[in-house]
Amino acid sequence: MSRSTLINWLLVLAVLVIAVVPLVFIGSETEFGGADGVAVEQIEADNPGYEPWFTPLFEPEAETASTLFALQAAIGAGFLGYLFGTLNTRRRLATPRPAPQPDDPT
Amino acid sequence: MHIAEGYLPPLHAAAWTVVAAPFVVHGARAVVRQVREDPDTKLLLGAAGAFTFVLSALKIPSVTGSSSHPTGTGLGAILFRPPVMALLGTIVLLFQALLIAHGGITTLGANAFSMAIVGPWVAYGVYRLAGRLGGGLSVGVFLAASLADLATYSTTSVQLALAYPDATSGVLGSVVKFGAIFSITQIPLAVCEGLLTVLIVRLLIKVSPDELRRLGVLRTPAPAQQEV
Repeated sequence: MSRSTLINWLLVLAVLVIAVVPLVFIGSETEFGGADGVAVEQIEADNPGYEPWFTPLFEPEAETASTLFALQAAIGAGFLGYLFGTLNTRRRLATPRPAPQPDDPT
Repeated sequence: MHIAEGYLPPLHAAAWTVVAAPFVVHGARAVVRQVREDPDTKLLLGAAGAFTFVLSALKIPSVTGSSSHPTGTGLGAILFRPPVMALLGTIVLLFQALLIAHGGITTLGANAFSMAIVGPWVAYGVYRLAGRLGGGLSVGVFLAASLADLATYSTTSVQLALAYPDATSGVLGSVVKFGAIFSITQIPLAVCEGLLTVLIVRLLIKVSPDELRRLGVLRTPAPAQQEV
């Protein structure tokens, strides 16, 4: 494995460690609810009786929402993969071949 | 950093929309110009958009006990300058508002301002500054992406504080309160975002060095292979 590849994997590993450590040390009983929701609770605690003046036109249930979140990540990741493949192929085809072509007219 | 639908008073919601709209329109024109002037960079532009799409779907738990997500806007700001991300970031926010009920239409202006405008500009500023101070590409990218992430969440805290000043300590006290919810949670996630952005820049350098050279991200002349 080249040094560059090793560094890339170490970057991935570091991200995983940062994402998993809270789960291990704080414990899986914590719900890890979204910070967005915590802010909503704070607003409601400070302003008792606050009613949002507009509600989402379409609001999926929690389970469906997590599916849609996963879908969002999947679409993005799939597209990224496609782009990397295309860029890689384009670069490979653009690189001059090592040996001269036998039927090269020049 | 999403402010939930209906949780910004109408006046605030309207004001943030008015503030954000010109940036997004300008961003749309920047995207069109970029595609027309250098069609070869279209794929990289797509990568910048897709990166934001993926990262803003990743809910990562934080040491504070709640979870949040990176923004992914630093990459595009570094590659294509911030205006492009004003459009791409807003599209991602619109998707989440309409399909996942995350964020909202009434709060789209405020959310676009924090994630698609403030974040990218902070990323760009930090990136240029780091370059001028002689930091390497990776260091610049890391600082740019992670500080952009933090700046986005801090902006959200200020936006909510302006709408809901604390009864006794006022707006400032409220900034501290919402900052404790958003910005503190975000510190480890900002580090994640910085690392992931460095990773993708390294991968892009491998597959697309010529375009990155044209965009000014890589400065070395052509075939020299360089380690980052």
